[in-house]
Amino acid sequence: MIAARAMGGALLLAGLAAPWLASEYVLSVLIVSLWFAYVGQAWNIMMGFAGQLSLGHAMYVGLGAYAAAGLFVFTGIGPWLGAPLAVIVAVIAGAGIGWLGFRFQVKGVYFALLTIAFAEFTRILFDHITVLGGSGGLFLPVGQRSGVDLINLRGGPVMFYYVIFVMTVAITALSWALLRTRLGYQWQAIREDAEAAEAVGVPVFRTKLLAVMLSAGLTALGGVFFAFYYNTLFPEQIFAKSRSIEMILAPIIGGMGTVLGPLVGALLLTPLGELTMAVIAGLGVTNAGVRQVVFGVLLILVLWFLPQGVWPWLTQRWAKGRRQ
Amino acid sequence: MALDLTSFWLAISNGELMANTLVKGTLTGLVYGLMALGLSVIFGVVRVVNFAHGEMMVVGMYGAWLLAVHAGLDPLLAMPVMAALLFAGGYLLQRGLINRFVTRPEHVQFLLLVAVAMILANTALMLFGPDARTVQVDYAFDSILVGPLILDLIRIYAAGFAILLTLLLFAFFRFTLTGKAIRAAADNLLGAQVIGLDHQRLYALTFGIGAAAVGAGGCLMLLLIDATPMIASDFTILGFIIVILGGLGSLMGALVGGILIGVSEALAGTLIEPSMKSMVSFGLLILVLLIRPQGLFGRRG
Repeated sequence: MIAARAMGGALLLAGLAAPWLASEYVLSVLIVSLWFAYVGQAWNIMMGFAGQLSLGHAMYVGLGAYAAAGLFVFTGIGPWLGAPLAVIVAVIAGAGIGWLGFRFQVKGVYFALLTIAFAEFTRILFDHITVLGGSGGLFLPVGQRSGVDLINLRGGPVMFYYVIFVMTVAITALSWALLRTRLGYQWQAIREDAEAAEAVGVPVFRTKLLAVMLSAGLTALGGVFFAFYYNTLFPEQIFAKSRSIEMILAPIIGGMGTVLGPLVGALLLTPLGELTMAVIAGLGVTNAGVRQVVFGVLLILVLWFLPQGVWPWLTQRWAKGRRQ
Repeated sequence: MALDLTSFWLAISNGELMANTLVKGTLTGLVYGLMALGLSVIFGVVRVVNFAHGEMMVVGMYGAWLLAVHAGLDPLLAMPVMAALLFAGGYLLQRGLINRFVTRPEHVQFLLLVAVAMILANTALMLFGPDARTVQVDYAFDSILVGPLILDLIRIYAAGFAILLTLLLFAFFRFTLTGKAIRAAADNLLGAQVIGLDHQRLYALTFGIGAAAVGAGGCLMLLLIDATPMIASDFTILGFIIVILGGLGSLMGALVGGILIGVSEALAGTLIEPSMKSMVSFGLLILVLLIRPQGLFGRRG
């Protein structure tokens, strides 16, 4: 507990000060790290808390991104309206998938396959929606890098850094709070044993559905950030299976079901990936794929030796160290 | 998403075109079936969902490509080599890694194979780059005419070998002692252990056989499509679609599922638009998961 508080405090301070200390490159790595921490937290609510495995979360990123970006490109209305729209679209999609999956008792791995199928279906669908650019992509008009326009989310890297920083702190606080609500306990009961939870009166269907909807809506906000930060959207990339997988690495490696796990995982993985790429590029070898190979090996090692994840392992070690 | 109705009706009322589409889809579907067979065998016995299946197929494809380019070996002749190599790989993977995860929750096993898939596909990307690799065989453009049907020789060979290998697998599980032991371990693990079967060895053998089947399938697939690292995960999903359609664990189901997907893809390519053909497959998967999760040939678990 004390370790978690100390860690949280240190991270918070370092995070606030980062733009003054970091070079533009390091700042861009931090932005990506925090983005993965954010979407990892969103995924963690569904899988880590409620035990429902989704391997199609790129779908909610894509839906959120396209909803807000489409609104901005065609009407000039910024994310202040685009973000709620993105959340609504993703929540409806999540509710649809969750309702179908839970209503028809699609469980475990089959449920995961269902989420992949919907994500892939949506990807190909967006490839053919010509109004939104189809497979040719959707491009947002790029604003002034020097100015800061929070309403339309146009500005430079420092602004984007603070936006994703606040989003990540907020979702981490939300996760912490959720775990202490009645709903949070019901999720955990379902995760551990759905039948037992049902037997003691947890409304399993509704509670699971809430986890999917909340997770989908929050993930869509990550999509909105993605759209306005990168300014280009391709269905091929944003809905990719590989992105769905990459999004869940941080929470799994950091520690599924914990509040700080996804954050620790993302702050570990993204810089590690960058470092690997830099080293490999320094050796003069082509670096495509190296990062994923390293992540894959790391994932196996964590699943094997630290089944709880890195963060719970660290806290346990600290607790042990204090007792001695 | 312009669905051109005129051309749709033109195509569907063209009997010759439809017949050729159906035949082409069936032949491709048989190779799909062989590819998915391994997934079904592994799940049916080891109860592990091989999320790296398409990646294993791509390993088979690149192996066949290397043998074709450097040794001038026809992919059909590369098949035994790649099947043997992938058998060894699958055996060791089960023995050395997956075996340690048998008592872990289902999703952990699934994620373990996701990691294996990431490593395989991206190693292929590092070694071969993103470019498409293809082989030229002398019979690439030969075809035979049967009435109004134009049959590509290459597809007939591929489908013929797919059927042959499937029959071999059937015979193995039906008539050999090892095959029977594997089925025993799948049906009743405790019973199999009681009569002294080494289930860990049987599991490793099964994983090896599944990997060998998909490796051989990869060699055949190289005759039909180009090898790139990017198709790996697509084929993993396609494998799932096929075996879930046919029923996980059922050999017959995998073959029928393969043909169903081959035909529906070919039909979608002819009638709607080639780029939308996999949408039909995903639509089918969603429907089957919801309505008949045990598949067409599976037993309710």
